[in-house]
Amino acid sequence: MAIFVDEKSKVLIQGITGREGIARTRLMKDYGTNVLAGVTPGRGGQDVYGVPVYDAVEEAVENVGPIDASVIFVPAAAVKNAALEALAAGVKLLVIVPDRVPIYDVLDIAAAAKDAGARFVGPNTLGLLSPGKAVLGMIGGRAERAREWFQPGPVGVSSRSGGMTSAIAYYLSRAGFGLSTIVHVGGDSIVGSSHPEVMELFERDPETKAVAMFGEIGTTQEERVADLIEQKKFTKPLVAFIGGKAAKSGTRFSHAGAIVDGNRGSYESKVRRLREVGVHVVDAVADIPGRVAGLLAGNK
Amino acid sequence: MARLYEYQSKILLREGGLPVPEGAVASSPAEARAIAERLGRPVVLKIQVWVTGRAGLGGIQFADTPAEAETKAAALLGMKVKNYVVERVLVEEKLAIETEYFAGIIMDDEAKAPLLVFSSVGGTGIEEIARRRPDRVVRRLIDVRTGLRGFEALNVVRKAGISGPALVPLSDLLTKLAAVARNADARSVEINPLVRTVDGRILAADCHLVVDDYAVYRHPELGIEIAREFDRPPTELERIAYKVEEKDHRGTFYFLQMADQPEPDETLIGFHGAGGGGSMMSMDAVLARGFKIADYCDTSGNPPASKVYRAAKVILSQPGLKGYFSSGSGVASQEQYNSARGLVKAFAEERLAIPAVLRLGGNCEEEAIRILGAYLQDLPARVEGYGRDDPPEKCAARLAELIAENRGAVHEIRPMEEPRLPDCAYTFATLTGRLSIDHSRCLHCASKGCLEACGRKILEADAEGLPVLAIPEAEAKKGKCTECLACEIFCRFHEQQAIHIELPIPGLKEYRDRLRREMK
Repeated sequence: MAIFVDEKSKVLIQGITGREGIARTRLMKDYGTNVLAGVTPGRGGQDVYGVPVYDAVEEAVENVGPIDASVIFVPAAAVKNAALEALAAGVKLLVIVPDRVPIYDVLDIAAAAKDAGARFVGPNTLGLLSPGKAVLGMIGGRAERAREWFQPGPVGVSSRSGGMTSAIAYYLSRAGFGLSTIVHVGGDSIVGSSHPEVMELFERDPETKAVAMFGEIGTTQEERVADLIEQKKFTKPLVAFIGGKAAKSGTRFSHAGAIVDGNRGSYESKVRRLREVGVHVVDAVADIPGRVAGLLAGNK
Repeated sequence: MARLYEYQSKILLREGGLPVPEGAVASSPAEARAIAERLGRPVVLKIQVWVTGRAGLGGIQFADTPAEAETKAAALLGMKVKNYVVERVLVEEKLAIETEYFAGIIMDDEAKAPLLVFSSVGGTGIEEIARRRPDRVVRRLIDVRTGLRGFEALNVVRKAGISGPALVPLSDLLTKLAAVARNADARSVEINPLVRTVDGRILAADCHLVVDDYAVYRHPELGIEIAREFDRPPTELERIAYKVEEKDHRGTFYFLQMADQPEPDETLIGFHGAGGGGSMMSMDAVLARGFKIADYCDTSGNPPASKVYRAAKVILSQPGLKGYFSSGSGVASQEQYNSARGLVKAFAEERLAIPAVLRLGGNCEEEAIRILGAYLQDLPARVEGYGRDDPPEKCAARLAELIAENRGAVHEIRPMEEPRLPDCAYTFATLTGRLSIDHSRCLHCASKGCLEACGRKILEADAEGLPVLAIPEAEAKKGKCTECLACEIFCRFHEQQAIHIELPIPGLKEYRDRLRREMK
């Protein structure tokens, strides 16, 4: 088991013939991801590392059958259309890699995904990886690195930073703790699957015994994880690090934001709320494996 | 976040059919007078700067006559408020306010939808008022598929305790506000206060709208110079850096200056992060070490070597640096030799005399560290590369040691060098620069190692064995030459220094020249 993706998931790549599309198709294929098709309008009939390219998602589905997940590498301005196209073709999981996707486009995608009963990860994400099974996106960069850095096992990782997703997963693997799934939720303020949504999936995954979370100042994601724990909707051991302790606050809350969220979003608010509900908040990322070790030992 | 000024926000409101006070913006006292004459009644003059609490700062003045408006405008224009100099004043009809409300639309990251906030009490200190009177504040998520519908807006206003003649105009205004927010790609918009005047008009007396940075490209009409939020006007160096980013969308380059003048006992360093989370963690580590950072810079998302090079050149255009610290997450997915080559070209050109600690952990870090070691040995100061097993705290400590060994020597800003290549050099354009090869020097080259070094194999030997493009020039310019800098670095350090890749940074030469003159 893993969350979001395993070795059987049928995968499509949108924007497969672009700079990133080509490079990451190779990573995903080499890693063992079940990539069945790619799409670039106007490039139908070509192939990329043996993956057939179609002009449209609908055409890909007609040829290779239903698709479980689509990884999107098209330019930011074209992301909304690509995402809606995949949802219309019945794809239930989107991984939206590009950054700079306009917020209202993300909101439109979110509404369409909700209607379709689908999920999406990103935008502005490196993607996700279930060690030994599959990678969606670009985590690891190259398959041999991804195999070397990330070992399978019982720890889930959820991170707001792409680089830190890899870093935490690597430090855990190096310390002898394998990983169930590692997820970069995306660096933007509005993302399809935020920390609390990922925690709910980890809660349901029997393979995941503990979770490490990399949070950051801004948004209410970490506070909402604390709310979940309080409501007993997430019950597994959680170790967290919050970045931005010393950062000069760049985001001035709007009045409306302050009315709605109060102090939520600050470093202090996140750490306080998480500690209140028993989360192990560490002061250095390097301390995560040690804490996880203690929790796994103490926890059945 | 690209903030609009009040007067710009009000133009958008007016275009969206919302009622705003009559008036216009003035950038001279004479213009202010003319606007007041046209209005023909008492006016208010409001400074156009991004600060809150303008009234308390003396930034809001009233005038009964056009002559008085001119005098008051003369006093306001040029006034220094926090980090801003007042360049414009908004001249509007003076309102006789009876009631103040509040209306705003922000993004709800949990619901993934716009959230309307309406309060039947408004004005200064709205947060406090809302805390004391929660019954007067109504929130409603907006469905992006339908927009805010009339009946939904009506219920919002009604639930805030409003009935009678204000009910319908307020509801109508909220519906239009939601449409304005959507059309302008507003990350947030606020009308505070939203007022009813004694003669019964509903008007947006003040308005702040922030455009989503990522959607600025859809709004050339807004004339946004830098699509990022600053609590001060951008510095000249930030403008220069932003122009680089604007023209090259491979990876991202973010540059923000943090400190101008360090105290004598402080150690100022240039900060070059990679990736949001990794940069933030690394910055926390250097700040905890007691360093003061001159800038916060982030190159990430698989940037080409040329972008990292430009970032380093911009960072090294800041006076007073005693060290250079580069660090990301430690386990980057991108191939780190690109960053290493960008830094090598920049540091070699600068003949860097302050120590640098470069934490380049990630894909191909061994190659990246080897590149640094091979090519930066002969610099006046030490440059050390570290990998994924070296935590940022350790690297920050190492930089402190190196700075002490270097006796705290301060970085000298050098003039930008002009490439010295003969006119007859073989040359072609790349996506953001120009690659030139002096074939007369190639005659002395035994290895032709540039052909081997070229990452995309776009160089080949011609009939005489000289390196030339193996692909059409147009393809190189479109990006087939990835500006990986490998050919230049090979040639510079192993062969005849025949290859030069010019990567212009518009404005940086003039900036450095001026800085050098000022420092003398």
